[in-house]
Amino acid sequence: MPSLKDLRLRIRSVRSTQKITSAMKMVAGAKLRRAQEAAEAARPYAERMERMLGSLGASFAGRPDAPGLLAGTGKADTHLVILATADRGLCGSFNASLVREARHMIRDLLAEGKKVKILCVGRKGRDALRRQYGSMIIDSFTEVDRPRLGFPAANKIAQRVSELFAAGEFDVATIIYNRFKSALSQIVTRQQLIPFGGEPAATPAEAAPAARAIYEYEPSEEDILDVLLPRNLAIQVFRALLENNASEQGARMTAMENATRNAGDMIGKLTTRYNRTRQAQITKELIEIISGAEAV
Amino acid sequence: MADTFEFELVSPERLLLSERAEMVVVPGTEGNFGVLPGHSPFASTVRADVIEVYENNKVKQRIFVGGGFAEVTPERLTVLADEAVPVEKLDRAAIEASIRQLEQDIGDADSETERAPFEARLAVEQAKLAVLGRPN
Repeated sequence: MPSLKDLRLRIRSVRSTQKITSAMKMVAGAKLRRAQEAAEAARPYAERMERMLGSLGASFAGRPDAPGLLAGTGKADTHLVILATADRGLCGSFNASLVREARHMIRDLLAEGKKVKILCVGRKGRDALRRQYGSMIIDSFTEVDRPRLGFPAANKIAQRVSELFAAGEFDVATIIYNRFKSALSQIVTRQQLIPFGGEPAATPAEAAPAARAIYEYEPSEEDILDVLLPRNLAIQVFRALLENNASEQGARMTAMENATRNAGDMIGKLTTRYNRTRQAQITKELIEIISGAEAV
Repeated sequence: MADTFEFELVSPERLLLSERAEMVVVPGTEGNFGVLPGHSPFASTVRADVIEVYENNKVKQRIFVGGGFAEVTPERLTVLADEAVPVEKLDRAAIEASIRQLEQDIGDADSETERAPFEARLAVEQAKLAVLGRPN
């Protein structure tokens, strides 16, 4: 049976926790709005890029000299799993669901006898995978959203991935991130980055001559594609990071709202208990006094 | 107003410009090219230099781009720029400071692969400076 003083301290501590969670909720709400705006602002570039790449890529489809970033290495022996998580916790199941998806994927790939390499973006994912798959983590990036999640950060990651690909370190690259649906729901998404599977729409045979006929290229198609593909990789990474960032803030906002509500419930319960205990004690003291008086 | 076409300038972070233009001169890797309405379909890489937007045969706007791509169709010009700043907002002191910083980074880098990204950025900063040094 906790004493009155214990209960009082307990209530005070829950109340200060509640203050913190409700402040965090508001901060996450503000950040969410900004993250959502950033994700929307980045959309036009990605769309234009896809359109351009669609017409360029179509003319290369099925050709043996297509660049590796577009067509892959022709093998699928070594997979690079890029896991994008947050640096911080306290955002519900956000990180856990990403890590679970990554574990699934890694286990499946290993079961198929493939080799797996991992690149972690965000501290939480790296820490979670380090114990089990530590030897497979080849690189990790943290604090990508500090001071602000910008394109240069995504570009740095993409450059690293390109380097690894050029060095023949892997055949297929997939990024795992949370797609933002709403503050309440995020969808764990796997997206293949290399080979770039962006345009499955038209069959190569009919799309190719049309696309070739339309455009004139300067310098050459190959040169443009050489620059465009790494750029596209960076854009895809950037987009994943933006979505992830918005999801993280959404998840944190929801988690903190729940925490604030739970703290409120708890304060209510503790207060009731405190009052009961106080009354019980007063009653007990009264009985003691009365029975003492009667005994005299 | 003469014939116009849709001109869009986008950077990875946002849509910078979307407007009707009469003529735009784009700094292609193999030389500047002017785009007028009805231009034949064309795609080119862009070098770090200035895009000029014309109105009534006069330059209305000058925007510095740090390289990228341009896609031209008869009714539209889309420039995907890595970086874009209106020329009047370029700040000489800031550029010189970042050049110094980059030169130091290049000096500190140990390998060719580490140096490459700094060198690319340095080239862009130097292009900015060259633009400022040039009369309009």
